[in-house]
Amino acid sequence: MAKTVKKPVLSVKNLSVEIPTRQGILTPVDQLSFDIEQGKILGVVGESGAGKSMTGNAVIGLLDPPAHISGGEIRLKGKRIDNLEREALRKVRGKEIGMVFQDPLTSLNPLLPIGEQLTETILEHLPVNKNEAQERAIAALEEVGIPAAAQRINSYPHEFSGGMRQRVVIALALCAEPSLVIADEPTTALDVSVQAQIIALLKRLCRERGTAIMLITHDMGVIAETADEVAVMYAGRLAELGPVRNVLTSPTHPYTQGLMASTPLAAKGKKRLSQIPGAMPRLTDLPFGCAFHPRCPIAKDKCRSDPAPTIEAGGGKAACWYVNGEKS
Amino acid sequence: MLAFAIRRAFQSFIVLLVVGLVAFSMFNFVGDPIDNMLGQERTDADIERLRTQLGLDQPFPVQYYRFLEGAVQGNFGISYRQGRPVSEVISERLPATLELAFVSAVLAIIFGVALGVFTAIRRNGWAANTIMTLSLIGVSLPTFLIGILLIYLFAVELGWLPSFGRGDVVDLGWWRTGLLTQSGLKALILPAITLGLYQMTLIMRLVRSEMLEVLRQDYIRFARARGLKDKSVYFRHALKNTLVPVITVTGMQLGAIIAFAIITETVFQWPGVGLLFINAIRFVDIPVMAAYLMLISVMFVSINLIVDLLYFAIDPRLRIEKSGSGK
Repeated sequence: MAKTVKKPVLSVKNLSVEIPTRQGILTPVDQLSFDIEQGKILGVVGESGAGKSMTGNAVIGLLDPPAHISGGEIRLKGKRIDNLEREALRKVRGKEIGMVFQDPLTSLNPLLPIGEQLTETILEHLPVNKNEAQERAIAALEEVGIPAAAQRINSYPHEFSGGMRQRVVIALALCAEPSLVIADEPTTALDVSVQAQIIALLKRLCRERGTAIMLITHDMGVIAETADEVAVMYAGRLAELGPVRNVLTSPTHPYTQGLMASTPLAAKGKKRLSQIPGAMPRLTDLPFGCAFHPRCPIAKDKCRSDPAPTIEAGGGKAACWYVNGEKS
Repeated sequence: MLAFAIRRAFQSFIVLLVVGLVAFSMFNFVGDPIDNMLGQERTDADIERLRTQLGLDQPFPVQYYRFLEGAVQGNFGISYRQGRPVSEVISERLPATLELAFVSAVLAIIFGVALGVFTAIRRNGWAANTIMTLSLIGVSLPTFLIGILLIYLFAVELGWLPSFGRGDVVDLGWWRTGLLTQSGLKALILPAITLGLYQMTLIMRLVRSEMLEVLRQDYIRFARARGLKDKSVYFRHALKNTLVPVITVTGMQLGAIIAFAIITETVFQWPGVGLLFINAIRFVDIPVMAAYLMLISVMFVSINLIVDLLYFAIDPRLRIEKSGSGK
């Protein structure tokens, strides 16, 4: 893609994650490639088990053993981070890459005041003393919209509502000013009324600081509102990657097409939502060839025997033998 | 919080009253002490006199009331066997037991928590696996057997440590301690290990399983994602969250250490209240038995009370709920 001139903040190339099990080696992430530029938001969508969270965990180096990166490379601002030592990787986490988890009720340590959790993170990564860290903590809380931050700094997590807690989590993820934030389903556990606020907050903070975001979600609405680019994952592989407008309005991969037809937002006006027949295959028995072929309306013999190549289509990339139904 | 403390104190009081009833019932159900106290050449008049002297001719409720009245003042009557006040006999022996129990408990807690954390962090390492396997010995071997094995190894074969007694003691007036002399400390090592080993392995296994549970929590993942040091993740974030169940069990075990000192004291002929109790049983010295029972229950109940109050110190969520509901 020649139009990419800016150097990406995060560049993932042919990333594979493997989990050795008794039934053999599982590959929850397979040959995945994507870039995120400074200040941009990449939405990663897919069904449960498509490998979205696994990808996020691989990038920040928090894969639970025995899962491990088995191939490819991850570059952060040009520097490889997938082969760093434990201690070097720890210094990248929090400082260079922040992470926001799904459930704000369980992401905060219940026994420590939020202020202490902020200052310990700040002191870990920034060259400041305790007083400055305290000031920064208050500023960080004010920035995410916690009212009376200076008074609430000694409050415990259970004294906040779910939405407020997610704001605290965002403050924690951003307090060391990382260049990339991985948000793993940041609004799934929240009230619908609060979701939009949290997304808007995340978007505003990252635009102000030029922070890139990898937004993992299965909510197409959130993607439509927030993301610049979107990566659709299916069974650990990239199905489609492209600018959000293109992917949502004129998807090229049959899976994305099915996904859009089954989303209320995109299927506006239709009486009944359509559905994709069948279910995503389990990692233990992936079909030969293209993993999507058993559910694909346009599958042909070739799809059953050979994995689909990733080709340029619709202003982005798609992994299909027959993009838009035509033979490529 | 205050309301809670008062409620718990009241419950403790009820428990003690019930234990008091059980302890007192022994006077009526465990043989006739008069038989043991008077020799073969006794007359009916002797028996009658002693019965009146000990208050055994009074009706049951009156006897119980007198027992309670005395117990509250620390007066448990006269030892049938030694002919001296029970409170005096017990307070003479108590320092030995408390020192033994204290040292055992400190050993059990320090090593139990440290090894528990270690085996949880390195859960697949060979060292952790070895420790876990060895801990089965501590959990499954009976105390007296451990004591005898230790005596055989360190006293008989190696001759490093004494096999019985308390060594030299220093009299501090109201407290005779063996902690200040070399022979006292040496004599303490084997009994303390014997008494504390089971508790240590129990605490260790508990800390390990609680740690493994906590390490799976989201806030630990988040702490790692924030780039905190392992030390901080394990001790500041994880260990503190394991403390509530650990303190509960440890508290119970402290009571058990004092109560089960009986066996260790018997094996090592340790001159504490446990040995006193065993001898009291042999001679049906009921006042001593009753007093011992009350003493142990007071300790159990107060440890439980302290444990309940410690929860508030550790977990801020309890403070809020209680101050909300308890007015």
